[in-house]
Amino acid sequence: MTEFPRPAPGTWPPMNSPAYGSTRKRHALHPPIAIPHTLSETSAPRFTPSAYPAYADMSVHEGQAAMGERIIVGGRVLDEDGRPVRGAMLEIWQANAAGRYHHMRDQHDAPLDPHFAGSARVFSDDEGHWQITTIKPGAYPWGNHAKAWRPVHIHFGLHGQGFAQRMITQMYFPGDPLLPLDPVFMATPDAAARERLIAKFDLDYAVENWALGYRFDIVLRGRNATPMEDHK
Amino acid sequence: MTTTASQTAGPYWHIIDHPEWADLRRGENAAMAGTSITLTGQITDGDGTPCGDAMVEIWQAGPDGAYEAGFHGFGRCASDDQGRFRFTTLKPGPVPGPGNSLQAPHITLAVFARGLMNHVTTRAYFAAEPLNEADPILALVPEARRPTMLARETAPGVWTLDIRLQGADETVFLDI
Repeated sequence: MTEFPRPAPGTWPPMNSPAYGSTRKRHALHPPIAIPHTLSETSAPRFTPSAYPAYADMSVHEGQAAMGERIIVGGRVLDEDGRPVRGAMLEIWQANAAGRYHHMRDQHDAPLDPHFAGSARVFSDDEGHWQITTIKPGAYPWGNHAKAWRPVHIHFGLHGQGFAQRMITQMYFPGDPLLPLDPVFMATPDAAARERLIAKFDLDYAVENWALGYRFDIVLRGRNATPMEDHK
Repeated sequence: MTTTASQTAGPYWHIIDHPEWADLRRGENAAMAGTSITLTGQITDGDGTPCGDAMVEIWQAGPDGAYEAGFHGFGRCASDDQGRFRFTTLKPGPVPGPGNSLQAPHITLAVFARGLMNHVTTRAYFAAEPLNEADPILALVPEARRPTMLARETAPGVWTLDIRLQGADETVFLDI
């Protein structure tokens, strides 16, 4: 039976995180009501590649290379037992190298790059591996407090094998001086849990004379999410 | 291993938006028989201010009560400036519940937005549906708050469920 345990205390950011101003009027005052998992939580959408085509390269748009430092980001999607989650759909989006999103509402005074759209969609393989090529995004100001700039990050949305596994997270970069100043990153109380949001610089993903690499493994809620008989 | 922490979707998630996903009658679903419905509502915060940057996802069974057995039950919709979302879909059938129970027809909703560290999850049930009385999940919700999970038929075939993130008439969110 598929099981999706609740996250361990302290390993997820609280909904009420006052240092991040937008949480103040948007967090529920009542605690959520725990329910037993039914088919509605243990089943998940099937994202067929025909209806949801993969596109793994953000570094080129309409045949032209985007500005910035080309990087390869890859990793595995795993469950809490360390088993691969296969066929997970990852939706990925980010700002360009100058820290500007290709988005109508982003008014940051930094240049748009006509050759950078900023989204990708990939699926984990049988071993949970996935990989994209992109441009290292830039930091940008966000008005949360004086001189508030978001640390460099890439957004990841994951669809696993049960709707209870659905999650959105952000991947950060090692050594970013903005991390300890960021209310979104710092809202997660557990230091080890925060550390796991930071990609590892990893030459195994690098390609000679082409791009450096970063590894970001993502663990979804769930144990034995892959039935034993499916293991080869 | 410990699960990766959730982080807010932020205000710029529309980069991955596909407005057509709000129509669940598209593609292979177009051939499915069932009752066409619209599921709509307004998302507001603790001040009653519309949330114009939210991403709403729905997940539902098909008219036969089965998940992903012919009917692709996933949809996504961006809230507009008034905080409104609008899906067109087929009304789901009753779904098996724990033990030998039967769950009343329902659509799971997940809301992601700036200021939401993790998405919030609720269900839209259909007001006046007799099966609601015996639904094992609704039974876990204090009776006074159940109306926040009951979509009302505000026009023929149009079911409305407003989502209050905080405060008076706060929506019941589920820890799934």
